[in-house]
Amino acid sequence: MRRSLAAAFALCLSVGGAYAQEPVKEPIKLDVINDSLPKSLTGTPGNAEAGKKVFLTRTLGNCLACHQITNLKSEEFHGEFGPSLDGVAGRYTEAQLRLIVADPKRIFTNTVMPAFFKNDGLSRVRPEFVGKSILTAAQVEDVIAFLKTLN
Amino acid sequence: MAPRYVGLAAAFVAAASVATVAFAQDAERKGIAAPPGHVFKTIISGYEFRSKETRALQDDDLENPGFLAVERAADVWKKVEGAAGKSCMSCHEQAETSMKGVGAAMPKWDDKLQKPVNLEQRINICRTEHMKAEPWKFKSQELTDMTTFVRYQSHGMKVAVKTDGPMSPWFERGKQIYYTRYGQLDLACESCHERNNGKFMRADFLSQGQTNGFPTYRLRDQRLVPLHERFEGCMFDVRAEPFKPLSDEFLALELYVAWRGIGLPVETPSVRN
Ligand code: HEC
Ligand code: HEC
Repeated sequence: MRRSLAAAFALCLSVGGAYAQEPVKEPIKLDVINDSLPKSLTGTPGNAEAGKKVFLTRTLGNCLACHQITNLKSEEFHGEFGPSLDGVAGRYTEAQLRLIVADPKRIFTNTVMPAFFKNDGLSRVRPEFVGKSILTAAQVEDVIAFLKTLN
Repeated sequence: MAPRYVGLAAAFVAAASVATVAFAQDAERKGIAAPPGHVFKTIISGYEFRSKETRALQDDDLENPGFLAVERAADVWKKVEGAAGKSCMSCHEQAETSMKGVGAAMPKWDDKLQKPVNLEQRINICRTEHMKAEPWKFKSQELTDMTTFVRYQSHGMKVAVKTDGPMSPWFERGKQIYYTRYGQLDLACESCHERNNGKFMRADFLSQGQTNGFPTYRLRDQRLVPLHERFEGCMFDVRAEPFKPLSDEFLALELYVAWRGIGLPVETPSVRN
């Protein structure tokens, strides 16, 4: 017991250390209306080409780890966790897609899909990611623009 | 929550899992019937989720690179080390008989320490207390080799951990950790190994995350990997701060996950990608 308490303190200290070097991050607040996010997170439309990169890049969206898209079949290693995203633009509005990417648990209860625009309420996050969302607001908008091309 | 979404998602998930069955040839994955009250109906070794080539490598004692560790440690077993002038053999004689079944039943309750210990810890307790030798570092070749050697003496025997009595709070703690989501990706062991086992994720078919093959020879690392290093890797990958190897948390998790594989044959040294 002693030892694990000490470990807990050590962890607090190191997280505190990380905080000291960076400005304190405010928790992200999402303006959810009717299970959707109508407002662009950046105020400007995203770029579909950039969004495709975010979608494919392992250290960014890594969406392909879980989803398939038929016209990306040339890319290696599709995952099967999530549904195929073929035609997803026809199933959801832009505002719904934005919430699905930003914080999918608000729509799909207990889903395994990570929230890509959320930076608090998580457990034992590695120090280098503490207070950060997986994607930036601009990257989320780019991914949305890319999803909208999937008719 | 809009019910429309749920229905859609459910339909698509169903479609995806039908595809998985065809893809992954589930029918080929042999398992054992789980005891009543278990989380799985069928308990399946990670072996069944690997490619034909990887399985063949594991099955061939001459080709399986894990056997080099078994051979190395068989020599160390006889080697006198430490101030007490003893080897493992001084106390335990032939490992083939004295160690049979030991590795199938780990972690075990330790009366003196009043907590469960796993095989790595047990080996180091013998070194420090009985041999008066230095403990081996976790992840050192020496410790992983000896762990592999001892567990190999239970090869083919059924995993049979005790989870009642003083073990039960540890079992509950392990279960709690198993179902807790960690890291920036917010995933639990359950997210991958319970809900999604059998599905394809990037380069791998997800298995049930069983422990019966550990330490396991990983082709990627070209060496044997102890169980707590695998736990660390899985937590690291979801961008979580892993618990420390041999910590109380990982001991509890080891106990709980061993129970999830109860009855599986010990496969050490197994081969995985
Ligand atoms: C760890 C797995 C995982 C990752 C990574 C992931 N998803 Fe998902 N996603 C899912 C699952 C599972 C669902 C189904 C919802 C549920 O759980 O019921 C889903 C659902 C969706 C849906 C709704 C699809 C439909 O037809 O209902 C969209 C859109 C989506 N994901 C987009 C993305 C994008 C874009 C990314 C990357 C930025 C991404 N996902 C990353 C697992 C994942
Ligand atoms: C994001 C998905 C993911 C999560 C979450 C995850 N794992 Fe894994 N795990 C994997 C993958 C991928 C592999 C390699 C393929 C396989 O054997 O399933 C693996 C392998 C394993 C193995 C080796 C199985 C074998 O047969 O060699 C064990 C044991 C394991 N995981 C336990 C855990 C535990 C315990 C947790 C929670 C602390 C966990 N995993 C969380 C993805 C995950």
